[in-house]
Amino acid sequence: MRNICFYFQVHQPLRIKPYRFFDIGEDHYYWDDYSNKSIIRKVAQKCYLPMNALLLELIHAYKGQFKVAFSISGVCLDQFEAYAPDVLESFRKLVATGHVEMLSETDAHALCSLKSKSEFERMVGRHKDKLKKHFDGYEPKVFRNTELIYSDKIGAMVAEMGFEGMLTEGAKHILGWKSPNFVYQNAIDPNLKVLLKNFQLSDDIAFRFSNKTWNDYPLTTEKFVTWINAIPKEQEVLNLFMDYETFGEHQWAETGIFEFMRALPGAVFKYTNFGFATPTEAVRQGTPVAKIHVPTPISWADEERDLTAWLGNDLQKEAFTKLYELESKVVKIDDPDIQRDWNCLQTSDHFYYMSTKALSDGAVHTYFSHYDTPYDAFINYMNVLSDFILRVKNKEKELAEAAE
Amino acid sequence: MKVLMFGWEFPPHISGGLGTACYGLVKGLVHHKQDIIFVVPKLWGDEEPLADFVNASDVTIDYRERKFKKIWKNLTYLEVSSFLVPYLGPEEFKKYTDYAMHDRVDIDESVFSNKFEFSGKYGKDLMKEVSRYALVAAQIAKSKEHEIIHAHDWLAFPAGIAAKEISGKPLVCHVHATEFDRSGESVNKPVYDIERAGMLAADHVVAVSHLTRKVCIERYGVHPDKVSVLHNAVLDASIIKSDAKKHVPEKIVTFLGRITFQKGPEYFVEAAKKVLDRDDNVRFVMAGSGDLLNRMVERVAELGMGTKFHFTGFLKGKDVDDMYAISDVYVMPSVSEPFGIAPLEAVRHNTPVIISKQSGVAEVLRNAIKIDFWDVDGMADAIFGLLHYESIAKMFKELGSEELKKLKWEHVAAKLVTVYEKLTKE
Repeated sequence: MRNICFYFQVHQPLRIKPYRFFDIGEDHYYWDDYSNKSIIRKVAQKCYLPMNALLLELIHAYKGQFKVAFSISGVCLDQFEAYAPDVLESFRKLVATGHVEMLSETDAHALCSLKSKSEFERMVGRHKDKLKKHFDGYEPKVFRNTELIYSDKIGAMVAEMGFEGMLTEGAKHILGWKSPNFVYQNAIDPNLKVLLKNFQLSDDIAFRFSNKTWNDYPLTTEKFVTWINAIPKEQEVLNLFMDYETFGEHQWAETGIFEFMRALPGAVFKYTNFGFATPTEAVRQGTPVAKIHVPTPISWADEERDLTAWLGNDLQKEAFTKLYELESKVVKIDDPDIQRDWNCLQTSDHFYYMSTKALSDGAVHTYFSHYDTPYDAFINYMNVLSDFILRVKNKEKELAEAAE
Repeated sequence: MKVLMFGWEFPPHISGGLGTACYGLVKGLVHHKQDIIFVVPKLWGDEEPLADFVNASDVTIDYRERKFKKIWKNLTYLEVSSFLVPYLGPEEFKKYTDYAMHDRVDIDESVFSNKFEFSGKYGKDLMKEVSRYALVAAQIAKSKEHEIIHAHDWLAFPAGIAAKEISGKPLVCHVHATEFDRSGESVNKPVYDIERAGMLAADHVVAVSHLTRKVCIERYGVHPDKVSVLHNAVLDASIIKSDAKKHVPEKIVTFLGRITFQKGPEYFVEAAKKVLDRDDNVRFVMAGSGDLLNRMVERVAELGMGTKFHFTGFLKGKDVDDMYAISDVYVMPSVSEPFGIAPLEAVRHNTPVIISKQSGVAEVLRNAIKIDFWDVDGMADAIFGLLHYESIAKMFKELGSEELKKLKWEHVAAKLVTVYEKLTKE
């Protein structure tokens, strides 16, 4: 059986408010509640609510033959809980059908897998707890790391935590002549199966769908199933991974993206020999063809598919280093505010805003940032981090005094 | 004496330090019973009524006057290569040059209309406004009685020259800054040419410091006998009590100014690193904006001191006062500063200052540490010393505020009046 495996990423960072030098030592609340709330509400109306309704309709219509997977970051779940309980409820309904899989990830959509095994495990644990709480005791079996970041070592850590599979990018430079449309194995621990994103077909939907200068515009389901049929017979799994906000937010409703998705399952069933599978089904049913070797980390971002969008320049490296210098101190502090801030300051988006990559991907970077320049993003983040460092120091002092 | 004075801006509507200095000088002159006609390109109506203000935007020009044609002929060189505008960053500059390349045909026409609405800003039409301002100056010189003409900086020099052409009265050109201060060795030729034309046409040149006087003589070829020094002063020497509170436990060392080549921000960054290597109990703040800001941010990250070195962006009003007030040391590492009023503001907040020897203010402020702008080791030493050895910081605080009281605009104006008198007698 050949399968299409849909995975949608749902994430909204906890954005930092404009925080000035004068606020350091004085104002310990960093988060921009107003813009966080209004963005959640806006995206809920444009994407989450209508698309969840559509998916529910399709699952019912095809009696469970159509299925998808989600990964929802912990910081996003928290914001749904606070600002959009209706969205959370609609996700619950989807999961309750039994045909929607929830993936495990880091609670804060963080980059900690690159820096600290212990923090990585803590974050995955926290996210697991949230899935359990919100989705009726749900236990995830497959892991997806922030921005599909993957390396042999990260895969091994994930295997150690007991996951059966992991998702990543089908990056050209690691695949070479190989196809992403098979199940692979982690190079260190072969028990972990690896699913690779088919970025050609995924990005046809996610990025190119409404691009009028694209040769294949407009994209129709007829065209898309022709491409699916062109996949060689022996290749058994087509991984279509994308941001959930593709539907209605990146690609507006006016582009016809919802109609495309409504028609796609029918066209797949009618014209191809593909069905649909969740990641867990895909890794269990597929026969692993080989180990995939990824000595240096890859991601799904930009042309290079590497880490340079978050850790490419000196600003990002400085912020990242200074943040993780705090880990050993923060873990000893039992204070809910400090723990929340420590968690949310690790979100990858804060580092993404500091990117100075200005070539082909500059436009994408600008689209996703609310700062005028990466320098503004850095200055604001460092002001907040400076205050956070002071708080951690003060708490440490309190602890030391209490111990005496 | 009746003085016809040409400026570019006047408080409260100022974008540079020039307006503040003009204000102080006019106040001082009024104190000595001088009669002043002050001309600015644009009046806003809320200027303090110290002088007979003339709004250049309101002046109608009669082009039948033969002399205007002669003046315009002399001004045409302004039009030849006026792509260049000071005080703009590279991006704005590019926008301006694009504009200038494509839209310049209209300039003659609008300059020659009977009335012209000046923006009075340092914007893209600066050269057009400077030329037009000169024409207006001629018209004013014809209609307003005066005994002496006084022009402030290059923007008003063509106006001064034109007025002198009409009335034949002696001209004083006041140099607050030169193109060498703004651009280092890569000077903008058209601006330099205007500065030079003004200084040579003037009967007397006034420089804001000995440093600037030297530049006038060596770089512009002005005869030494023709240049005198008039240091700037402060409007109010009282100590400013502030309720601003510092919220961080560390000491604060501050740079406050435009983040441009002239102000030497990179030396401050390098010195900060040297101090932080030895002393963790200090934060550095760079307040201001400018074309070198991003490069400074990158350098701070590269040196790994992002959590101890902060940027505030452009500050104004109360934020400026608060910044001075919560600072433990103020540093002005200017590469070239004709005068530099900011350190005096810091003294008014009881903040000890470190200033570069390449600043005019170093000539009047004795109770400050003076270093060469490039000497980052010396700067780091001085910062460390002022932070740790209380006696010297305390001494600077006490003596600095005493010194300030002597820097009065009345004294400056008195000297200027003697210059005027000498010129009108000749």
